Amino acid sequence: MAKNSKVKKSDSIDWDYSVALESTDHISISQEYKLFIGGKFVKPLSKKYFNSINPSNEKILSKIASAGKADINKAVLAAKSAYDTIWSKMDNAERGKYLYRIARLIQEKSRELAVIESLDGGKPIRESRDIDIPLAAAHFFYYAGWADKLDYAFPGSKVSSIGVAGQIIPWNFPLLMAAWKIAPALATGNTVVLKPAESTPLTALKLAEIIQESDLPPGVVNIITGDGATGELLVNNPNVDKIAFTGSTEVGKMIIKSIANSKKKYSLELGGKAANIICEDASIDQAVEGIINSIFFNQGHVCCAGSRLYVQESVSSQIISKLKNRMDHLILGDPLDKNTDIGAINSNEQLKKINMYLDIGKKEGGDFYQSKHTIPKKGYWCAPTLFTDTSQSHRIVQEEIFGPVLAIQTFRTIDEVIDKANNTPYGLSGGIWTDKGSKIFQVSKKMRAGVIWANTFNKFDPASPFGGYKESGIHREGGLEGLAPYVNFDNRTL
Amino acid sequence: MVYNTTIDQVGCKERVDRIFSRSIKKESKIWALNTVLSMIDLTTLEGRDSSGKVKQLCYKAAHLHDKHPGLPKVAAICVYPSMVAIAKKSLERTNIKTASVATGFPSGMTNLNSKIEEVKFVVEEGAEEVDMVISRGHFLSGELNYVSDEIAKVKTACGRAKLKVILETGELCTLDNVRKASELAMHSGADFIKTSTGKISESATPVVVLTMLEAIRDYFDKTGKKIGMKPAGGIGKSKLAIQYLVMVRETLGNDWLTPDLFRFGASSLANDVLMQIVKQDQGNYQSSNYFSLD
Repeated sequence: MAKNSKVKKSDSIDWDYSVALESTDHISISQEYKLFIGGKFVKPLSKKYFNSINPSNEKILSKIASAGKADINKAVLAAKSAYDTIWSKMDNAERGKYLYRIARLIQEKSRELAVIESLDGGKPIRESRDIDIPLAAAHFFYYAGWADKLDYAFPGSKVSSIGVAGQIIPWNFPLLMAAWKIAPALATGNTVVLKPAESTPLTALKLAEIIQESDLPPGVVNIITGDGATGELLVNNPNVDKIAFTGSTEVGKMIIKSIANSKKKYSLELGGKAANIICEDASIDQAVEGIINSIFFNQGHVCCAGSRLYVQESVSSQIISKLKNRMDHLILGDPLDKNTDIGAINSNEQLKKINMYLDIGKKEGGDFYQSKHTIPKKGYWCAPTLFTDTSQSHRIVQEEIFGPVLAIQTFRTIDEVIDKANNTPYGLSGGIWTDKGSKIFQVSKKMRAGVIWANTFNKFDPASPFGGYKESGIHREGGLEGLAPYVNFDNRTL
Repeated sequence: MVYNTTIDQVGCKERVDRIFSRSIKKESKIWALNTVLSMIDLTTLEGRDSSGKVKQLCYKAAHLHDKHPGLPKVAAICVYPSMVAIAKKSLERTNIKTASVATGFPSGMTNLNSKIEEVKFVVEEGAEEVDMVISRGHFLSGELNYVSDEIAKVKTACGRAKLKVILETGELCTLDNVRKASELAMHSGADFIKTSTGKISESATPVVVLTMLEAIRDYFDKTGKKIGMKPAGGIGKSKLAIQYLVMVRETLGNDWLTPDLFRFGASSLANDVLMQIVKQDQGNYQSSNYFSLD
């Protein structure tokens, strides 16, 4: 992207930032990763492997074991045995110590984890360094604190652990999602079999190394890699007591169907199509920045992304022109460049899906704008994109794209925009921008979404529960509420 | 005029943090360091200023570090009214501008007539740029028309001299006020808007500078007129100065990266930038004793 800065002959200045690459000489990625079962890395019984690639240049990073049915059995039995013999019997405070240790190790290795996250998933180093990895450590710290306070978590109730949790996580925040899943499960006394996403397994496997280093009893956390079929086998394994899944609503529905006739509990964090509402009295420049953060953060690979923008008509032309200007100042390119704002699309498959929606949007007649970026020749890329003049009837307004694509509508009254915001099967998140406090309460009370941000967007904290209404999921992750999906409520009168 | 644009302090700070996290290295850093030098208004505004001191500063302005050829000169020398003639004479054979503070600097607590007289005086003495202060008391008591009229009259008195309007943002309390004062100054005839006098403890802060740059952008979008910006006070390190260039680039675009539209009001910044430039060239830092203290 950045060339030599110079003053051109025409006297117009062309000051670009020189490339500022984060170094990779401090990281180690093995050429081959096995399955992490019973505290050891073991060869897959399936004898199958797949490649994990760097989506920004399509180079192979490592060969990853693909877990088959026998491998999953083995992992679940390891988790069951660890649960029965050690973990469920351990003193709560002792369990907490392990979580604190894992949290500290993540902090110690944060630079390596950030670089690997950006290599494997394509996200800018700025985000993996400043958001993903610190938040992952924060989640372990937070739930470590709950481990010895469970008796006080739910006043009037006694709680106990469930057993073996089968956890399946997505590719958009690989290590962070692993932390969201593992930390509350362990704090409440459960053991875990975790399956990271096929395209981004590396930081979960680095986490397995950290877990080894932390001396966590073998089998308490098992990490098995593979594709959707591996996930399905995990969901259907009879010794799994609870399923925790983050991913698409489509797969979430399949999971509910397949475990309907079982004892299994489940918690699901699924898709979204969040409404981000900009009122005419909002602080305009900060709102524009908020829109950038709501839809172009992590290339739009965010379930709570503000992918439906509603702008009050009186400020819409101003907002859209400022937004286009701001988009042109984003820097798209090498995820390891510290100045990169927009990294690579996570996989070829996802890029195809995004491009399909771009075609649909153009055919539907939305006014199309894409930022002026040079797209690298190798790898998977999508420039930040706007569709203006859209309506509720557009498919790009209705369906989750999971990419840097924003559909913009105008509105006139608050009642109108609340109705439209709620006119979706999803209900994960939402945003409201106004200088008027009363309007924030009016809108946030009526919007049917699990998380609503006012005058900001995409802010996360381990103490804050996250999860959806309607088809965006069931149960919450994070906060006190995030403990509930991992416990049985044993209300007995003795 | 209706001034109803609000600024969200938290959001503004977040944007600043993101701008300041840009990593400026290699060629882009060298270009930035040279550009910073060329944008400096080398300033001395003290009661003990003498003709000797001003002459020395003027020499420095034109000869920043002659051991290192090819360096730009600073943009201007900024002095008190009584020093304008000396500065003007000392800068005769350079293209460095002579700037003077005026209008009862730094408090502005005098009557309009003497402000106008002072402006006429410095222009007659040869000042090509006039740095005025706004009447913050009138602004805060809501007398926006008074403030606007005052700026307009000073602008007339400036004649061909450029007018920089100092908002003294450290006394305006809120970013909403900074925004309002910026718009007011631009609509009343400012060629530049400037943050501070440097005479109170709070001078240019990043959120204030960003708020003013955004006001300049909106004014440009509305009128097509390019207004300049001058953060002043508290900018002593080249790293911060470069971060401000990034802020200008990402808010107003590369067009504003010229001394015609962006200045730093600073006294110690030049030497820090020089030290960085020599380091980029030679690979190691030299002691501060190698850089002249004028």
